Amino acid sequence: MADEATARSGGYASTATPIPNGAAGSASALPAAPARAGRRGTRPDVRKGLEVAFFVAPALVVFLGFVVWPIIKAIQYSLYNWKGYGPMVDFVGLKNFTYVLGNEVFQGALVHNLIIIVLSIAIQLPLGLAIALLLNRKIRGRNVLRTLVFVPWVLSEVVTGVIWRQMLQADFGLLETILTAVGIPTPQQGFLGDPDYALGAVMVVLTWKYLGLAIVLFLAGLAGVPEELNEAAQIDGATWWQIQRRVTIPLLGPTVRTWIFLSMIGSIQVFDMVWILTRGGPAESTGTMATFLYAFGVDRNLIGIASAASVILFVIALVFALTYQALVFRRDAPDYELRKAARKAAKR
Amino acid sequence: MSAMTEPRAVPGGARPGSDRRGGGGAGSTGGNLLVYTIAAVVVAVTLGPVLYGVLSGFRTNTDLSRNPSGWPEVFTFDNYRNILTGDRFWGYAFNSTMIALITTAIVVVAGLMAAYPLARYQFRLREPLYMVFVMGLLFPVAVAVIPLFIMITNDLGWGDTWWGVALPQAAFALPTTVIIMRPFLQALPKELEEAALIDGASRIAFFWRILLPLSGPGMVTVGVLAFVGSWNAYLLPLLLLRDDGMKTLPLGVADFSTRYATDMVGVFAYTSLAMIPALIFFLSLQNKIVNGLQGAVKG
Repeated sequence: MADEATARSGGYASTATPIPNGAAGSASALPAAPARAGRRGTRPDVRKGLEVAFFVAPALVVFLGFVVWPIIKAIQYSLYNWKGYGPMVDFVGLKNFTYVLGNEVFQGALVHNLIIIVLSIAIQLPLGLAIALLLNRKIRGRNVLRTLVFVPWVLSEVVTGVIWRQMLQADFGLLETILTAVGIPTPQQGFLGDPDYALGAVMVVLTWKYLGLAIVLFLAGLAGVPEELNEAAQIDGATWWQIQRRVTIPLLGPTVRTWIFLSMIGSIQVFDMVWILTRGGPAESTGTMATFLYAFGVDRNLIGIASAASVILFVIALVFALTYQALVFRRDAPDYELRKAARKAAKR
Repeated sequence: MSAMTEPRAVPGGARPGSDRRGGGGAGSTGGNLLVYTIAAVVVAVTLGPVLYGVLSGFRTNTDLSRNPSGWPEVFTFDNYRNILTGDRFWGYAFNSTMIALITTAIVVVAGLMAAYPLARYQFRLREPLYMVFVMGLLFPVAVAVIPLFIMITNDLGWGDTWWGVALPQAAFALPTTVIIMRPFLQALPKELEEAALIDGASRIAFFWRILLPLSGPGMVTVGVLAFVGSWNAYLLPLLLLRDDGMKTLPLGVADFSTRYATDMVGVFAYTSLAMIPALIFFLSLQNKIVNGLQGAVKG
């Protein structure tokens, strides 16, 4: 699709056509601007500037006002001891940060976030991939299946959380009844009420909620794998499993890498589901960074401490994203293989 | 990006018999049985909780407590009727709808407007400006909620208003929108613009008369994504909407489920009513959502 535009800009065509995965990397792939910049030099620049401003202004104002500004304010609040009302005068420097980082509840929350990140990927990636590969075969009712698999993702976190909380309840909960019937003992307080099981139970619900997204994205990626490759491999005598392992899954690489990124960013800031299921309890066994900052900022009005926690959350999310970008998405850049080969050649 | 511009083989509807030709090969019967079994398990696990919730909404508490995992012995519409006739259900649904509509409108209009020069103008600050929006993807809502609460409720006095929730929600949805719409607009042929400009139309007239109608499919995609996000949102409304008359459905469900925790069947009925219409609506737009998600992550 971009070929038309880029074909005319000559040498840039090869780099501009495939858009790399990962939002942050995509600007580099659109270098068509300098190639044509000169042509419009005669147009009055002022007029063009005004037009650009007119079009961009609404989005930019809303974005700067309600995304960037609050985050700047969070950084400011994090340096003060402030209750959210009255003048903000009690400057405490980095004290809030030392408090948060030294706080056992926050440390626990950080660990829970990391567990959720790792387990989400470790469980949903193989499971989602397997189910997507199976659903990608030519079976009856495939379209209906695809739609049904998407159901949990479309439900709100609140609805999902409430249904599961009811099912996981200690008295009259569906799961307890079933497990007791088959002779598996259940914790006295229910799975969500027992510190040993609560995080596991939350993980089960999170998996149920988000596995569908993985499957649907993988299926969409699979739709882009050319049928001919499959047929060629079949003719060469490859088994179904060999085709998946050697042909299909490697071609799914970009989709998988993107999904991992989305999953990570989601897991770092998970709030809704935990808040509905457990409020971070019992005994702080399921708290996340987001529930920590909500509990401190809203329930206890400790704005400074909550803001310090949110800045830490922000930095962690940013470090994760940029590291992943640098280490993984780089491979999806259109000329990655070329550059690698060039580097090798240069060394020689 | 290709997902939106190339006609894809995304199937339009369920045609049970049409996909069968691959199944006939020798030795594939056993494999297929396995595939169908796994598919059945996946469907059961996926739909189980949803159906259990809907079904339990028809029971009575005594019936449910007697055998939570059994088939209901009593069917009653009372739970559903009580919710639909009383309480605040319709008010919550109305607030949810309005906030989602306002959010969607802001996202679509502002997002498309911003994407236009970022896609089709040549100017020096174009890529830095685009990067500002792209970076927005990495800002979690949770980071901004406390300052947003102070800003909207205390400073602006917009607490308990539709706008107060819709504006920040739209702001956080804008990066995705710009990222999806830019390649979409870039893909429209350049000749369109040249022809319009030769005919003496201004850029703004071109945007309004030609680009806007042509961006329909892209706008539906970003609109649906924004609507779903707003409809399901919990954290921001939880902070910004304190007055019961202004709350949205997710807040209503959460409140009801804690206030009447002992009325299990009532909670099931309430949850079911909150999810079913949205579920049908969103599933009918599933292809749009998937395309959008793909576009957002690939853009």
